[in-house]
Amino acid sequence: MGQLYLDYAATTPVHPDVAAVMLEMLRERWGNPSSIHATGREARRALDEARRRVAELVGAPHYRDIIFTSGGTEADNLAVLGAARARAEEGRRHVVTSAVEHHAVLDACRALSAEGFDVTIVPVDGEGFVDPDEVRRALRPDTALVTVMLANNEVGTIQPVAEIARAAHEVGAWVHTDAVQAAGQIPIDVQALDVDLLSLSAHKIYGPKGAGALYVRSGLRLKPLVFGGGQERAWRPGTENAAGLVGLGKAAELARAALEAGEPARLTALRDRLIDGILERVPGARLNGPRGRGRLPNNVHVSLEDVDGEALLVHLDLAGLAASSGSACTSGSLEPSHVLLALGLPRELAAAGLRLTLGRPTTEDEIERALAILEGAVARVRKVRSA
Amino acid sequence: MRLRSGARGTFVPAAGTGASGPVERRGRAAADGILRYGAIRLKRVYLDNAASTQALESVADAVRHALLHAYGNPSSLHGMGLEAERIVEGARAELARALGVEPAELFFTSGGTEANNLALKGAARARARRGRHILVTPIEHDSVLNALNALKAEGFEVEYLPVDGAGRVDPDRVRERVRPDTVLVSIGAVNNEIGTVQPLAAVGQALAALGEERPLLHTDAVQALGKVPLGDVIRHVDLASFSAHKIHGPKGTGALYVRRGVKLLPLAEGGGQERGLRPGTENVPGIAGFGAALRELEMLVQAWPRMRALKEALWEGLRDGLDGVQVRRLGPPPAEAAPHILSVAFPGLRGEVVVHALEEHGVFASTGSACTSRDPRPSHVLKAVGLEDEVAQGAVRLSLSRFTTEEDVERAVAAFRAALPALWRFARLRGRGGAR
Repeated sequence: MGQLYLDYAATTPVHPDVAAVMLEMLRERWGNPSSIHATGREARRALDEARRRVAELVGAPHYRDIIFTSGGTEADNLAVLGAARARAEEGRRHVVTSAVEHHAVLDACRALSAEGFDVTIVPVDGEGFVDPDEVRRALRPDTALVTVMLANNEVGTIQPVAEIARAAHEVGAWVHTDAVQAAGQIPIDVQALDVDLLSLSAHKIYGPKGAGALYVRSGLRLKPLVFGGGQERAWRPGTENAAGLVGLGKAAELARAALEAGEPARLTALRDRLIDGILERVPGARLNGPRGRGRLPNNVHVSLEDVDGEALLVHLDLAGLAASSGSACTSGSLEPSHVLLALGLPRELAAAGLRLTLGRPTTEDEIERALAILEGAVARVRKVRSA
Repeated sequence: MRLRSGARGTFVPAAGTGASGPVERRGRAAADGILRYGAIRLKRVYLDNAASTQALESVADAVRHALLHAYGNPSSLHGMGLEAERIVEGARAELARALGVEPAELFFTSGGTEANNLALKGAARARARRGRHILVTPIEHDSVLNALNALKAEGFEVEYLPVDGAGRVDPDRVRERVRPDTVLVSIGAVNNEIGTVQPLAAVGQALAALGEERPLLHTDAVQALGKVPLGDVIRHVDLASFSAHKIHGPKGTGALYVRRGVKLLPLAEGGGQERGLRPGTENVPGIAGFGAALRELEMLVQAWPRMRALKEALWEGLRDGLDGVQVRRLGPPPAEAAPHILSVAFPGLRGEVVVHALEEHGVFASTGSACTSRDPRPSHVLKAVGLEDEVAQGAVRLSLSRFTTEEDVERAVAAFRAALPALWRFARLRGRGGAR
């Protein structure tokens, strides 16, 4: 494929080993995991094996702490709505979140607010960091849940979740973190982070779309979004997406291997080369989000003065570079990014972001090609604009 | 038959055969797909197609294509997302064609359970200001009954419609139960345990006579798609739920039909996919597989007469061939039932004991819904159609697919003959305690 793909934060290609185990499930272990006969038991065993792999990726103490879902959005919704509604029964009706969360979390919080919950949205600084002291100030005795993402999907800021969790637990609030972008990029240990709930998605870690997981600390009770049979401890009933979830298990296993093999360091070097190249070669470019260890190894996000973001993406696509303005989920909308606005960017810059995200297949040579394409495309867009 | 070796010395035959599934690890199988227990030769016969069906080879191919060649995010603006979007919209068009509806009236979900929850909770909550009364049959799947139980906590009143001994509702009785504050009626198109086909078109007509203020009509059509004619049903309902893995598609994909103009509130928030009703990045490979299964839907329709004939042969084999073991056929008269489900009961025996004994002989069946297979209580469906506990506890569901063969039926009957008389004598020796 001639296309140069630098949109790995939107989705990743499926690893061939993942596809292979999924096809094996479809062709050979296609029973209903709830069936008590051998056809079902085989499928059940494969699912539990996948659960173990996911538990290992996030450091969960037990494989049963992993609840499978249809993806990151459902995992986020189940965590936020399910935890808040469960804790409302103890009189806790306050939720704390940050201004830079994914829409799945922010919109779930909005739904809670419509149900009568108080929602406090803590701000971020110019690089996208949540200040744990801001969270501490927002906490109340009736805070049910604090939900702050582990790493931001647009600008790659890695949040101080462990510190936030420490503060939240002091008032007895539960802590959820959306790790959809962080999983597989940085090592995750739910016990070190001391979070109660953590969501992840298969298709961001070279697994299939339509599969995700929620880590739920042992002993917690959630209110389900969906009701039916007893699958996933009745918190997420419905016949399991067996092939997809076994694909997630394989993807988790491969992600852990990549982390151990030093992939984050390799990507960090490529990322910094791309950032430096853009700032040197593209006039009027500014980096959004932090530099260094506070940023995801695969994320580059820049704003470009006097460049129409949508027009730039079209030019890049024509020139063979697949990138995005920010979150793929909102790519159809012309609204300025809520993340960039929260970072304090003026509206015109917030509407002209460019996100380039790297992946396991990304090479040094691709970074050089991307820089050349970007330099040319920005010049062309500016020329059209001034013409 | 193509064979592959699986994990830990197990082996399983490849797709394209009806009677297959993972084998018992105790058995040793040779390249002919026949499992040998010592001197006994067994070929596995899968008669649990109401629980799940084997994915078609064309489905596996479609999933493979989507995984490896269309990995873009359908929401992305660049070209990589286009192929994924084309696959999703192609499958939507395929289902629209099969149902005779507009593609814009279909929403993909993670399966039948989510579709039922979205339909019921989404519609009830959207109409709560008009009223809070809901009518449902007592023989629905747990995803319907439990979704409605959850609505009770929100102040909705759920009333159960009477059903006859075959599980059927009477359309006139349904209409009589409708009150000014009734906002929703939910009736499954085909019952998953006993195969009852409901007179939904007649129910729809009866409700339509109530005019503008009529309640919405939802049907759980998970067991109906590809098994009974649905065109007339869809024309008379407002909401209908479907699942891919009951028609040889992948697990984890389903759809909800929402008649144009009907408003629902979503269960989850964020991202705007499926026009905001069902956000989250689409399960592109699953939807691709659903589309491939739908392209072979016509083959299912063509198999109806054969499935019916095989089901009758199976019943006759059990009725006449079991050496005096008492057996009863449950559910509606054969001509009125769905073609793929045969529900029988062995009063005095326990269904799960029969199912385990059958498995020893290479035949896979179930006692009822797979979702509740670990629940020891007698089926709510069998109780609702008036069966006494002794009969309900002896129930076994045998469900066929378009790949079920005459040989499968013969093998199944032989397995019953080999397994049941001994169980029966044992149960009789122990008196009624044998059923315990």
